[in-house]
Amino acid sequence: MPITYTSNEQIEVYRFSIPVTLGVPLVALFLQAFLPRHFPFVTYFDLPLLVVIFFAIARRSQVTGLLTGAIIGLAQDALTSQPIGLYSLTNTVVGYGASSLGVKLDVENAGARFLVTLFFYLLHEVVYFTVARGMLKMNMHYTWQHELSSALLNAVMAVALFAVLDRFKQRT
Amino acid sequence: MENLVSRYRNVTILVTILFVQILGLAVQVRLSGESQSSRLIRVWVVGAITPLEKCLVWSQNGVSGLWHNYVYLRGVRQENRDLQQQIDRLRLERVRLSQDAEQAQRLQALLGFREQFISQTMPAQVIGSSGSENSRMIFIDKGWRDGIGKMPDDEADADRDRDKGNDKGWKEKGNDMAVITAGGVVGKVLYVNKSTSQVLLINDQSSGVGVILEKSRLQGVLKGTASGKVVLDKIMNDEKIELGERVLTSGGDRIFPKGLPVGIVSDVAAGPESFLKITVKPAADLNRLEEVLVITKKVEQAPSIADVGSVRAVDILTDRLPSVPEKPPSNPKQKAGGGAAAASSLSNPGLKPEAPATHEVKPAGTPPTAPKTASQPVAGPRGMATKPAAPPPQTTDPASPGANRESKAPSRPGSAAENPPQ
Repeated sequence: MPITYTSNEQIEVYRFSIPVTLGVPLVALFLQAFLPRHFPFVTYFDLPLLVVIFFAIARRSQVTGLLTGAIIGLAQDALTSQPIGLYSLTNTVVGYGASSLGVKLDVENAGARFLVTLFFYLLHEVVYFTVARGMLKMNMHYTWQHELSSALLNAVMAVALFAVLDRFKQRT
Repeated sequence: MENLVSRYRNVTILVTILFVQILGLAVQVRLSGESQSSRLIRVWVVGAITPLEKCLVWSQNGVSGLWHNYVYLRGVRQENRDLQQQIDRLRLERVRLSQDAEQAQRLQALLGFREQFISQTMPAQVIGSSGSENSRMIFIDKGWRDGIGKMPDDEADADRDRDKGNDKGWKEKGNDMAVITAGGVVGKVLYVNKSTSQVLLINDQSSGVGVILEKSRLQGVLKGTASGKVVLDKIMNDEKIELGERVLTSGGDRIFPKGLPVGIVSDVAAGPESFLKITVKPAADLNRLEEVLVITKKVEQAPSIADVGSVRAVDILTDRLPSVPEKPPSNPKQKAGGGAAAASSLSNPGLKPEAPATHEVKPAGTPPTAPKTASQPVAGPRGMATKPAAPPPQTTDPASPGANRESKAPSRPGSAAENPPQ
């Protein structure tokens, strides 16, 4: 069974060193900005979002999760031509949600991570679409097929990425 | 109440942060998209990300250059020979084109056109992108320190402004500088930092370029879409557009100089609100940009021809067309000047202002009703331009491509052959 309900005492809470806390989001942002120049399909992935989800479910603190999401989202916004706050807002919601889930559920195995990422990627897109369309009046190009395939790709990527990032975890 | 807040502490923080973010977004929307305060965030993030990108691009270019310039030189001699032949061909063609250009300048001078010419460009390397499907931007490795945008007097000035929290100068720098490649238009510089700049591509949904269709001479606005396509807007449904027609910049947006290639029409369909939905394939490959040129300086000037004097195109027409009574001799200077200028500017010694030129103008496509449209000076000179546009080839080799193209002269866009009398 991929997702199990666990009591707070049984859940491992992890922390990360400062270089990892700062470096991993920066590397994710860098790769997100640099790789599409050579490999345009990389725009399907949202590496900063995956990093937000990873930190949120590993730290299992809602405040830390939402703050991580807000800060990484702000940085992501700064690289675009859109108003600052769009990615920040969506990543805040995702960070809060992922950490809330992390508190309640054990999401350490690959299956759980796949499903959690799939869900939060879709949630991210829904919030982004709502704010961009409703508040900023942006024309959005959304199709279910595109969103679903992107969500699946990101979920697969998350399984691999989280396995790598697990090496940086430190037990509290 | 205190207990309530402490009980729902996390939710309260979440709601507070979301509220602040929504407020920030609303302020930016109110200030038409870009708040001064958000500028600093962009500077910090770009400053953190781009040095790494620059390093990678430089090392990548170094390795690539080492391989291509020193190791892998097979076929260079053959390529050199081919290029030499191409240069010879282009030289011949240039002779012909320069004649056309001179003539066009003379005619533009007659019309009093003011044109923007590219007087200075700066090559830049593309080092990154926004990484988002919803925002199509690229980063280049040149900033205000390299001369992009309105450069501050010196770096100290910029630092002083920054210290004072007055980053107004930063925001204004580089706005709306055109970015092109040899293939065509790429976009415009949106934000300028010290050593990098952010360029908004023409396929971003917030971009807009004033364009003109090469053959039909219809003008419209080129816009990006959310899906990354480029569409031409504001062309009426009843217009006929051919697939494959070239799209050029019109110069009307005051950003891109006139005549730069933008793309070709790839699809035409009926759109909403009695406008056509025209899809354009960009001339520049926007997904694989490596090096671009930033137009750092434009010069706006009217082409000056010494022998034109102060004559106007309308005066030339009124001198030539018999349907318009001759001007009173109260302005002999203008009339004489106009005649001389017309004769010389049109490069046709057969045209004399004193003689009614109906038989000479008519074949060139100037409609007999031209005097009625004297307020539209384009029609007359453009029509007249075609006849003298084909002088006997003087310097070109008859076998050269330039000589061959002489026979095609009437079919050029804007020529009389395509502007039949109405």
